[in-house]
Amino acid sequence: MGLLDRLDNPYETGGIILGTLEDILNWGRSKSDWYLHFGLACCAIEFMSMNASHFDFMRFGIIPRATPRQADFIMITGTVTLKMAERIKVLWEQMAEPKYCISVGSCANSGGPYWQYGYHVLKGVDRIIPVHVYVPGCPPRPEAMEEGMMKLQSLIDRQAIFRKREKLAENENLIKSNKM
Amino acid sequence: MNTTEIFELLREKFKDAIIDLVDNPPSDSFINVVPEKLFDICLELRDNPEFDFDYLMCLSGVDFPTNLQVVYHLYSLNKKHKIVLKVTVPKENPKVPSVERIWRSADWHEREAYDLFGIIFEGHHNLIRILLPYDWEGYPLRKDYKEPETYHGMRVPY
Repeated sequence: MGLLDRLDNPYETGGIILGTLEDILNWGRSKSDWYLHFGLACCAIEFMSMNASHFDFMRFGIIPRATPRQADFIMITGTVTLKMAERIKVLWEQMAEPKYCISVGSCANSGGPYWQYGYHVLKGVDRIIPVHVYVPGCPPRPEAMEEGMMKLQSLIDRQAIFRKREKLAENENLIKSNKM
Repeated sequence: MNTTEIFELLREKFKDAIIDLVDNPPSDSFINVVPEKLFDICLELRDNPEFDFDYLMCLSGVDFPTNLQVVYHLYSLNKKHKIVLKVTVPKENPKVPSVERIWRSADWHEREAYDLFGIIFEGHHNLIRILLPYDWEGYPLRKDYKEPETYHGMRVPY
């Protein structure tokens, strides 16, 4: 699916890649995502090692940003309390389109261990903002977060920029016929 | 100084304000006191050189069916002895004198006990919620607490 994979194509040898403008734009976007990190609990501790040299998150072409206005996606890592949920909503709305969200860990996905008696915990960050990739785990290993990042990249790669509605309808038909 | 000696000395000075000494090993032995005299007792425990309790290790709240309780763990860094004080108040009127002016560390401990148990510490300079949002209703660590259905439009139950 990636643009560089087409170099294997026998018709496109000689250093020339044929592609649509959409492919090239998506290729650029998916390989230079800037992110706003929202660390809340132990998942954020795992995320520290993501940024350190061993797992080296920046090799995905991403750069941490301190402000939502420069960020392409937000990483919610940890337990979202009701008090913090309102702040997350504000940050999300400050981000510029196109924007994405990765929810990391059981707490951000569904409330995690606080699902029953957590009177102060939002049972899943998808109740207030749309989530594009869920990373399961309690907390997830850095490899799982890398997998989540790759999922987000492939999601951006497939995204329609032109003729959005037609392509969305096409996708829905594919999903209905179980071809995807 | 052991707990019994501290209890005897306090009994001499404060008479009926010191209710009893519960010595039940292996748990820490503790002294029950009345809430009205609590501030004076704590001041004596800190300022009397024989006691010299300069460190409030922990201040915690307990919920009983009809009462609320505050537990004080005190320690003396110089004398290396410790004591546990307990004060019990009825649930309808849970007022306890603040010891914030005696040990500064009691400031946030008392705010937390107020936040989660609804114990009112009289004389505290800034008794507001510390962990939960300021507009939260109810005291979550009480056994009869029911979690709200929604908070600011967000559904709370799973």
